[in-house]
Amino acid sequence: MIATIAWKELKVLFSSPLAWTLLALMQLVFAWIFLGRLDAFLEIQSQLMLIANPPGVTEIIIVPVFAMAAIVLLMITPLLTMRLLAEERRNHTLILLISAPVTITDIILGKFVGLMIFFIGMIALVIGLSITLLVGGTLDFGLLLSNIVGLLLVAACFASLGLYISSLTDNPAIAAAGSLGLLLGLWVVDIVASDMDSFARNFSLLKHYENFNRGMIDTFSIAYFILFIITFLILTIRRLDGERLHG
Amino acid sequence: MTEQVASITVSAQNLCRDFGKYVAVRGVNLELKRGEVLGLLGPNGAGKTTTMRMLTGNLAPSSGSMEICGVDFLDKPREAKAFIGYLPETPPLYQEMTVDEYLKFVAKLHRMAYHTICAALDNVKPRCGLDDMGKRLISTLSKGYQQRVGIAQAIIHDPDVIILDEPTVGLDPNQMREIRTLIRELGAVRSVILSTHILSEVEAVCDRVQIMHQGRIVFSDTLAGLKQREADLEEIFSQLTASNEHAGSY
Repeated sequence: MIATIAWKELKVLFSSPLAWTLLALMQLVFAWIFLGRLDAFLEIQSQLMLIANPPGVTEIIIVPVFAMAAIVLLMITPLLTMRLLAEERRNHTLILLISAPVTITDIILGKFVGLMIFFIGMIALVIGLSITLLVGGTLDFGLLLSNIVGLLLVAACFASLGLYISSLTDNPAIAAAGSLGLLLGLWVVDIVASDMDSFARNFSLLKHYENFNRGMIDTFSIAYFILFIITFLILTIRRLDGERLHG
Repeated sequence: MTEQVASITVSAQNLCRDFGKYVAVRGVNLELKRGEVLGLLGPNGAGKTTTMRMLTGNLAPSSGSMEICGVDFLDKPREAKAFIGYLPETPPLYQEMTVDEYLKFVAKLHRMAYHTICAALDNVKPRCGLDDMGKRLISTLSKGYQQRVGIAQAIIHDPDVIILDEPTVGLDPNQMREIRTLIRELGAVRSVILSTHILSEVEAVCDRVQIMHQGRIVFSDTLAGLKQREADLEEIFSQLTASNEHAGSY
């Protein structure tokens, strides 16, 4: 059932120009940063030779691309999640899903998985970009893998939060604004608390992502991401269930 | 009627539903046998849609119990829902899908096996007058055709209980006639609950009629019984529902 709903989400997503436009624009942005970093690397390459233990091509080119990818994802996730439940409600199609012999958990997980498949496709584009560097040398695959895992987890966090906000309203625009606001808030937490070793920093998604970005797979960060995802998925399920009971 | 004990498909006891202070449905009892078409009549705001939403699992009743084909709805909602086909007031259509894609998705939602889906599609489309519409985007269809897709969606998985909320709204007289023929056809072997404002529709399609007013069932009889007593449905309707119109249901 989850697969059926995920498949339907993808079909609806790709039948509108939104998904294609986003993919094209993002690829443009990533390629731009990638080429910019590549240029910078080629310029300083001769000086790097002089240092003992110089940073490699992965650190100089790929890491910044992934860092940017997380921020771009933060910006576009609300556009993708706003539809998920708010629009179903507005178009009266949520009734179809709820009347069908599927549980609300199936519906929510289906939507989440559908969006994650889209994100995986998008991340694959970034990976593809990185792999092209193999033409001129070798890569630090450990660092690349840690970046991929981090980006996947952070994308899943964005998706689950967006899904929850979308379940609160029947207006897609409000859902988008709400998710963007909250996601930016979680980012700003990091900036506000950056210089001190404060408790608030632990709540910043991008601070946890930075660890992965540097190639450090921290179990605390993994636990935080997974708890974040599960919390918002459960909140969404409870919200839809509560609607049946109270509203 | 005595030669067979008709099996009971829908049985709801003492269904109540309130929204905060407002009581939408109070103590509704429904019983429906296989091969029966029940017309649910009532003025706007009488609680017809709320009752139907409870019967399809979109709203949980505040109190009361429901059984669909012998399965307790509150205990095993998933099993019970499998017996039901539901067309809400606004057909739940994905505008960006084609008719075929949409119906296939609904069939999959109802856990139909892959090889039976195509056969079901070929069966349901002619019945709803959608023969050449398979490749059309739902957003490009007229209101009448969208309504037909809505009905097709409710019957594609061959449910035992079909619940239709005002299925002929927005259709032209010819389409109305076709849909009524279809409902009668469906009602021959299944149970159909039909809500409507149109009294002539009830007379044309239903075996039994219940009138709701302010959340209660105020009248229940078979059409045959009505005919026998030579009672006029319209008169009964206006008598029962016109009184204390503005009393409200608080």
